[in-house]
Amino acid sequence: MSNIPSELKYAKSHEWVRDEGDGTVVVGITDHAQEQLGDLVFVELPEVGSLLNAGGECAVVESVKAASDIYSPMSGEVVAVNAALEEAPETVNEDAYGDGWLFKLKLSDLGEADELLDAEAYGAQIEAEEH
Amino acid sequence: MTLIYEASRAGRRATAQAPSSRDDCGGIPERFLRDTQARLPEVSELQAVRHYTRLSRKNFSIDTEFYPLGSCTMKYNPRASNTLAMLPEFLARHPEAPASRSQGYLACLYDLQQILKAVTGMRGVSLTPTAGAQGEFAGVAMIKAYHEARGDQGRTEILVPDAAHGTNPASAVMCGYRIREITTGSDGDVDIEALRSVLGPQTAGIMLTNPSTVGVFDRGIETIARMVHDAGGLLYYDGANLNAILGKVRPGDMGFDVIHMNLHKTFSTPHGGGGPGAGPVGVSDRLLPYLPVPMVARDGDGYRWLTEEDCPQSIGRLHAFAGNAGVLLRAYVYALMLGREGMPRVAEFSALNANYLLKRLQAAGFEAAYPERRATHEFILTLRRQAKSLQVNTMDFAKRLLDYGVHAPTTYFPLLVPECLLIEPTETEDMETLDGFVAAMVSIQREAEEDPDLVRGAPHTMSVKRLDDVRAARELDLAWKGNG
Repeated sequence: MSNIPSELKYAKSHEWVRDEGDGTVVVGITDHAQEQLGDLVFVELPEVGSLLNAGGECAVVESVKAASDIYSPMSGEVVAVNAALEEAPETVNEDAYGDGWLFKLKLSDLGEADELLDAEAYGAQIEAEEH
Repeated sequence: MTLIYEASRAGRRATAQAPSSRDDCGGIPERFLRDTQARLPEVSELQAVRHYTRLSRKNFSIDTEFYPLGSCTMKYNPRASNTLAMLPEFLARHPEAPASRSQGYLACLYDLQQILKAVTGMRGVSLTPTAGAQGEFAGVAMIKAYHEARGDQGRTEILVPDAAHGTNPASAVMCGYRIREITTGSDGDVDIEALRSVLGPQTAGIMLTNPSTVGVFDRGIETIARMVHDAGGLLYYDGANLNAILGKVRPGDMGFDVIHMNLHKTFSTPHGGGGPGAGPVGVSDRLLPYLPVPMVARDGDGYRWLTEEDCPQSIGRLHAFAGNAGVLLRAYVYALMLGREGMPRVAEFSALNANYLLKRLQAAGFEAAYPERRATHEFILTLRRQAKSLQVNTMDFAKRLLDYGVHAPTTYFPLLVPECLLIEPTETEDMETLDGFVAAMVSIQREAEEDPDLVRGAPHTMSVKRLDDVRAARELDLAWKGNG
């Protein structure tokens, strides 16, 4: 069973969101997502300053199995990206919820958080996908 | 094994081969001679022969082993195709030779165009694209040209099912389209409601593989065709799995407007290892004016090239010449050998072999991804149970199959089925080979239960161990740069 921290919010498309409490959130992919993808070999991040829409494609992660689009779980402006991943994509595999974060958003619509799943609902979704 | 460059010694050469100095190049004008030496390995003829023979012995190929690589149609490449395509009159023909001196070659290409039209139910065929992906690009470019010629500028989206080959969305994006993904239903068919929800005046077309990459024939194809046409879009047929329906059902009759064919799959020309391919495109009436040039036309008693002058609305050229000559000739010979009677037998026996293999594997305890569906020419097993309970995954099974003398089936594709093996035996395998595959899978299953590390560490008998594909992808190193 993969790790699903209870303090985070989740998108159906397997991204996690951490509320920083100052109108910004940090986004990454879940432990389950990295497990399904396998060893990552390449991460393409959005540009700082770009504006993202909730549900829009914003990054790409590539493993030896597949290349997958990452969808922004919320709308906002990218204020920081984890540039270290370009040299060390394996960090996402090793620490998906910590050093493997992807980007930080300054939110334009705080209400969108209500659309996201909590840990329990996300866990149930993974469970359902496996059957 | 050493690289041939590492065996190189200055000044060593095979006497029968290259000139060693500019003085030996009699007759070639001075301005065409190079000033610096090409960096080629300097070895004797015997060294070269040994080097490449040794390399070929490390090959795992259709000529030596069963090769059930799903969606790749790795079937026997008849030797007669090679022999006839390599007649000196074909081999020695210069690609710039005038049509008047190439009538035999042009006649073959013209016939091949006609055969492909007949077997796919399309109105026109161009042989020019040199690979499946180039055929896709040509097909989508024609869809775009069609909408543009009608002044229908608002069509910005191409629909692609989630089970599609990755080349489909890539080709559409290269032509400037946005991709809308459609989900596949749990029975393997396109989800009609999902399709309905994304169709509209922005739809340029849909790209479908039928039978799809999950190895089932989409029973809703007529409904899909009607819905997409009603919305003003066109239908693109990815011919990757044409082997399953050859001579039985025609994409043109299903309502498709454009198709690419992988002659190196369905028409049995050698492929794999990045060798030359052929991805001809066929079209319905409405796309005829846009076919890529050159094509071959009949002209009185002879044949001639059709160029931009004959086809002013053509999307243009994709290649310096009309495709890969040797590949097209092999496909032509293969088609003639099959004839009208043989074509449906390809579909019948490839489906029979796949269904036989599926049933036997299910009886042996393996789980089919779509158990309620009859397989087409290929099918999917999921090893998710083994991955979970034994921690032996699909890649481990695939690598262990090599030790049993079987090329691994396609692994982890399509992505929507977890821990999957996509298996395509093709029509050219006999029952004993299929039974041997089942026995190997049963044996590996037992090993996975009793000695899982044996399977996890496979292969054990190959000339190389399991490769570090993660490191290979992270630290790309594709070019030999010399000894210092």
